[in-house]
Amino acid sequence: MGCVEDMPYEVILSKASFAECREYVEKHCPRYCYVEPGFKLFEKHIIGVPPIAIGLDGDVVIFPFTKPCYGTFLLRIEDAGEAARLTPRLKRR
Amino acid sequence: MSSDAREALLLLGCPEVPVQQALALYLLGRLRAAGYAVTCAGNPAVLQLLRVSDPDRHYIGPAVEIERCIGELAEGKRTPELCVAFAHSDAGLTFGATARYLLPEARFVLLVFGREAEALAEQATFPCEKVVDVAVHNPTKLKRRIDEVFAWAA
Repeated sequence: MGCVEDMPYEVILSKASFAECREYVEKHCPRYCYVEPGFKLFEKHIIGVPPIAIGLDGDVVIFPFTKPCYGTFLLRIEDAGEAARLTPRLKRR
Repeated sequence: MSSDAREALLLLGCPEVPVQQALALYLLGRLRAAGYAVTCAGNPAVLQLLRVSDPDRHYIGPAVEIERCIGELAEGKRTPELCVAFAHSDAGLTFGATARYLLPEARFVLLVFGREAEALAEQATFPCEKVVDVAVHNPTKLKRRIDEVFAWAA
């Protein structure tokens, strides 16, 4: 597990609103959980309006990433370690 | 500034809306005069704008990159008693909501401005004192409201 900016991520949503990212995770991810602002994921403290929805699809983690000038991006990164760490929090749909 | 000064944090958004710069410098001056040690948090561009505007450091004190600041709040390394967050976009509001969550005991003032200010302010459902105006270039109305909130009005 490394810093998000150094990992091979894919962008699912670009320059979206925070609510759009949460809605996408809740609708499209097979499993998801909620974390609090400041939760550490890929060595970054997550920025967000609670509840912050994080999705899991196998070992792929789907999460929002906010930059001040660019809005919120919904990213996906495959990482078994982070996926395992989130598993106890998961909700099944 | 004495070491026992009360701590305040200005959480700055993207610098694309001009009123932010004026109001940040205004708040830095006013809060320092009121006895606060004020830290500014923002992205590198917004911090450089402030530094260039204040070459003799009459107003600006410590400045920290915004993501690092959020990390320090999350880890309890920084616990200001006052936070003023600037928001003119969804991202600004998102950073503000994060800081509010991480500083449950702080006095929290949210400045919402820019063309979408009113719609944006409605989305800010977390507990805070809101100062809202659709200002882009003219900070006068926001300044007047800030003076009221902090009881600085003459």
